[in-house]
Amino acid sequence: MIDHLPALQVVLPLLAAPLLLFMVRWPTLAWAFTTAVAWATFFVAALLLEQVWGGAVISYAHGGWEPPFGIEYRVDTVNAFVLLIIAGISAIVMPFARDSVEQEVDSNRIAWFYSAFLLANAGLLGIAITGDAFNIFVFFEISAIASYALIAMGRDRRALLSSFNYLIMGTIGTTFLLIGIGFMYMMTGTLNLADLAERLPEVRDTTTIRAAFAFIAVGVSLKLALFPLHLWLPNAYTYAPSMVTVFLSATATKVAIYVLLRFFYSVFGAEFSFGELPMDHVLMPLALLGILLPSIVAIFQDDVKRMLAYSSVAQVGYIILGISFATTLGLTASMLHLFNHAITKAALFMALGAIVYQIGGTQLTRMAGIARDMPWTMAAFVIGGLSLIGVPLTAGFITKWYLLLAALDSGYWPIAVFLLATSLLAVIYIWRVVEVAYFRERPADAPVVSEAPLALLLPTWTLALASILFGIYTALPVGAASRAATILMGGY
Amino acid sequence: MTEPGALVSGGWLHPSLLLILGALLIPLLRDRMQQGYRILLSLAFLWAVWQTVPGIHAAFGFLGLDLVPGRADKLSLVFAYVFALITVIGTIYSLHVKDNVQHVTAYIYAAAAVGVVFAGDLVTLYVFWELMMLASVWLIWRRRTPESYAAGFRYLLVHAVSGVLLLAGIVLYYTQTGSIAFNQMDITGPAFYLILVGFMINAAVPPLHAWLTDAYPEATITGAIFLSAFTTKTAVYVLLRGFPGTELLVWLGAIMALWGVVYAVLANDIRRLLAYHIISQVGYMVAGVGMGTAIALNGTASHAFTHILYKAVLFMGAGAVIHMTGKSKLTELGGIYRYMPMTFLLYMIGAFSISAFPLFSGFVSKTMVVEAAAVDYRAWIWLMLTMASAGTFLHTGLKLPYFTFMGKDSGLRPKEAPWNMLLAMGIAAFFCVFIGVYPNWLYNFLPSPVDYNAYTVGHVLWELQLLLFTGLGFFLLLKYVGGDAKISLDTDWIYRRALPRIVGWVRRVGGAAWTGVVRTLQRSLEGAVVTLMRHHGPQGILARTWPTGSMVLWVAVILAGSLLLYYL
Repeated sequence: MIDHLPALQVVLPLLAAPLLLFMVRWPTLAWAFTTAVAWATFFVAALLLEQVWGGAVISYAHGGWEPPFGIEYRVDTVNAFVLLIIAGISAIVMPFARDSVEQEVDSNRIAWFYSAFLLANAGLLGIAITGDAFNIFVFFEISAIASYALIAMGRDRRALLSSFNYLIMGTIGTTFLLIGIGFMYMMTGTLNLADLAERLPEVRDTTTIRAAFAFIAVGVSLKLALFPLHLWLPNAYTYAPSMVTVFLSATATKVAIYVLLRFFYSVFGAEFSFGELPMDHVLMPLALLGILLPSIVAIFQDDVKRMLAYSSVAQVGYIILGISFATTLGLTASMLHLFNHAITKAALFMALGAIVYQIGGTQLTRMAGIARDMPWTMAAFVIGGLSLIGVPLTAGFITKWYLLLAALDSGYWPIAVFLLATSLLAVIYIWRVVEVAYFRERPADAPVVSEAPLALLLPTWTLALASILFGIYTALPVGAASRAATILMGGY
Repeated sequence: MTEPGALVSGGWLHPSLLLILGALLIPLLRDRMQQGYRILLSLAFLWAVWQTVPGIHAAFGFLGLDLVPGRADKLSLVFAYVFALITVIGTIYSLHVKDNVQHVTAYIYAAAAVGVVFAGDLVTLYVFWELMMLASVWLIWRRRTPESYAAGFRYLLVHAVSGVLLLAGIVLYYTQTGSIAFNQMDITGPAFYLILVGFMINAAVPPLHAWLTDAYPEATITGAIFLSAFTTKTAVYVLLRGFPGTELLVWLGAIMALWGVVYAVLANDIRRLLAYHIISQVGYMVAGVGMGTAIALNGTASHAFTHILYKAVLFMGAGAVIHMTGKSKLTELGGIYRYMPMTFLLYMIGAFSISAFPLFSGFVSKTMVVEAAAVDYRAWIWLMLTMASAGTFLHTGLKLPYFTFMGKDSGLRPKEAPWNMLLAMGIAAFFCVFIGVYPNWLYNFLPSPVDYNAYTVGHVLWELQLLLFTGLGFFLLLKYVGGDAKISLDTDWIYRRALPRIVGWVRRVGGAAWTGVVRTLQRSLEGAVVTLMRHHGPQGILARTWPTGSMVLWVAVILAGSLLLYYL
C-alpha cells in the first residue's frame, strides 16, 4: 500500500470523479463523497511529504515499466510540498463548499460540479507529482478543462465569457508547452524529466532547444499569470463560484510556478537558464512591474473579489521575483510564498465567499458597515489582509522577511526598498475594505443580514488562524521551503 | 534551525504576555465583575513587572535570528515600573468607562510598551513597536467624532512611516553586522540614521512632532492618559539604549523643549496645550540622551519616570474637566474651582511638579538634566532648557489653571469628578510629592549610581527665583492688560493676538511661499491620482476586460521577445 502512495495520490480523485455521476440526484451525498476523497488525498500527500522529508526521493514506475521508458512518478521534497498545498487547500475548502455551492450552483448540477472539482484536483496533483514531460502536458489539460467548466458554472453570465477567455489563453499556454516538449523530444528522444536533464547538455546550444525553452517559458508563464500575461485571471476569479475561486487562487497558479521551477532548475539547469540565457533579466522586470501595476489596479477596484484577484497577480510577482534572484535564498522565499500565499489568499476568498453567501455580492458599496452584522467574517478578512500586507506575526511577514534578505543578499538595494514600499500599496487596498466595512454606516435600504453559518466560518477561521500560526511557528513551511530550494539548486 | 520558542522560561512570565492574554478576556465579563477583573489584571501586571530581576529571561531562535524578548536591566526596569504603575492608575481612572474596545486596546498598548523595553533584539522591538501603533490608534478612534477619526488616521500614517523606516534600518543593520541584538548602535551610514529617524518620529522630535499635538487632544478622555505615557517614553527609552551621546540629539532636544513651550502659546484646547508640553518635556529627555554623560542619562531616565506621573495627573485633571463640563477650550472655561476643588487641587500638584517646584517630583529630575548641561559647559543648551522651564510654569502652572479653574466665571456649574477619577489622580499626585520629598526612592532605580543632590541651596534658590519671577510677570501682565481677569476678550488678546502677531508675521512671509509649495504639491498629487485612475481604474487600460485577441497579441509579443533574446 505504502509503495503505491504516489499512484494513489492522483488515481484517488481521478477515479472518484466519474463515480459522482451516480449521485446526481443526491447533492449532499455527492458533497460528502467528495469531501471524503479530498481528505483521503490530503492524507496521502501528508504521508508522502513525511517520507521524503529527510531528502529521500521516491520513484514510482507505472505498470512496472521502468523509467525512462515508462511513465515515472517522482516525489522529492519540492513537489511533496506542492502536493501538500494543493491537497490541503482542497481538503479545507470542502466543508466550506457545501453551503456555498448549494447557493451558487443549480442543484441538479452539483454532482457534476464536484466531479469537475475532483478532476481539476487530480490534474493539479498529477502535474506536481509526475516525472514525465508529456504527462505534465496531459495533466495540465485535465485540470484546465475541468477548471473551465468550474468557472463557467458561476451564476453571473459574465462567467461564460471569462471561462471562454481562460480557455483560449490556457489552450495557448499548454500548446506552447507541448511545442516545447516536442522540440526537446525531437532532440533527445526522451520524455522523462530526469533523463532529459541528463541528455540536454549535449544539445543545448542548438536553436531548437532554445526555442523549446522560450515556448515552455512563455507557455507556463501564461498559466501562472505572469504580468502581462495575466489578463485572463481577474475575470476568471471574479465570476467563478466562491469555492472555485478559493481553490484555484490557492493552487492553480502555484502548480504552474512549480512547473516553471522544475523546468528552469531541474531540467535545463540553473546554469543554462540563468547563466547562458538571461532568464533572470527577463523575469525580474516583469516581476517588478507585476507587483507594482496590479497592486495599483487593485486599489481602484470597486469589487472586492476582483481587487483580490489583482492582488493575486501581484503576489505571483513576488514569487517570480524570488525566482529571478537565482539564489537559494530567493528560491526559499518563493517556495515559502507558494505556501503562505495559498493559505492567506484562500482565507481572504473564503471570507468573501461568506459575504457573497449572505448579501449576494462583493461590491464595495454593498459591504458598507457589514462588519457590524458579520463581525467574525470580517475579522477573518482582516487577519488575512494583515498577512497579505506582511505584518509581523503573520505568515506574510515571514515571506517578506525572506524576500528582503534574498534581495539584500544579491545586492539589490533598490528592490528591498521597493518591496517595503509596495507592501504599503497592500495596506491601502486592504484598508479601503476595512474602512468601508467597519466605519461606514449600513445604508438604510440595505437588507438585514446576520453572521455567516458556522460551516462557512470554521474553514475560514481555520485558514485565518493558520496564517497566524505559520507566522509564529515556521518549522514546517520554512523547513520544507529551504529543503526544496536546496534540492532545486542542486539539479535533478 | 528554527524551533518553536516560549515566552515563559525559568519561572519568568513575560508581563506583556500576561496582560495581552488577560485583556482578551475582558469582553467576556460585564459591569462590576469586569471592573474588578480589570483592576486585578492591572495589579497582576504591576506585580509581574515588579518581580522581574535584571538578566536574560527569554531567548529563542526564530528564522535563524536570535530573539531575546526578555532582557531586563536597570535601564529597562525603571521604564517598565512606571509603565506598569501608570497602567494601574489609568485603569482606575477609566473604571467607569463602558467600552470594551478601549479597555482591550489600552492593555495591549501598555503590554506592547513594556514589550519594547524588555526587547533585547531589534526584531522583537519592531514587532512590539508596530503593535503599539495598532493598539493605540483605537484610543483615538473610540472618541467617535469625525475629527478623532481623521486624526487617528493621520496618526496611523505617520507611525506606519516610522515603522517602515525602522524595519528598513533593522534589515540594513542586520546585513551590515550580522546581528540583531539591540544595544548601543555602533555603526555608521544609512542604517544608523534610518533607525534614529524611526525612533525620533515616535519621540515627536520637531519637525516630526505634528502627529502628537494633532492626535492626543482628539483621543478619548481616558485614552489620553495611556497615550501621554507610552509612545514618546518608549521612544526615549530606545534612544537611551541605542543612541546615547549622539551630539545631534542635544540640539534637537533643546530646540524641542523650547518649541513645545512656544507653540503652546497658540493652543486654546487644554489638552492640546498639555500635548505641546509633552513635546517640551520630552525635549529635556532627548537633550539628556544626546549629552550622554552618566548624570545626563540618569536625569533622562528619572525625568521620564516623573514626567509620566505628573503628565498623567495633568491629563487626568484636564480630562475630568472635559468629562464634567463637556468643554475643552480655555475661552469657554473658567471659575470652576469652587465646584471641582479636589480636581483643582490635584491638578495643581501636577502643575507644580512639571514646573519643577522644590518638593515636587519634577524638581528632582529636571534639574538633573539642566545640571548635566551645566557641568558639561554647554551654556546655550543650559540657557534654552532654563527658558523652557520658565515657559512651562507659565503655561501649565499659571495660564491653564487660571483660565480653567479661576479667572472669569464661565457660568458652568459642574459637579466634582467621580471618585475613581479623583482616586487615580490622587495616586499619581501622591507619587509626585513622594518622589519630590524622598528622591532617593527613585534614584535607587536609575541605571547608574547617583551622586546628585537636588536640594542644594543653589538649586532651590535658583529654581524658586525663576518660578516666582515668572509668576510675578504673569500676574503683572494680566493686571496691566485686563485690569479684570473676567473679560475673556482681553485674555484672548494676550494669547491669541499679541504673541500670535509675531508668529503671524513670520507665517505671512514664510506662509506665502509655503502655500505655494503645498498647492503645487497638492495639484501634482491630484494630477498623479487622476492619471493613475485613468490607467489603473476599473475602466483603465490595465484593468478593463480585454478582448481575447489582444491577450493573444501579448503572448505573441512576449514569445517573440524571448526568442529574440535567446538567439542573440
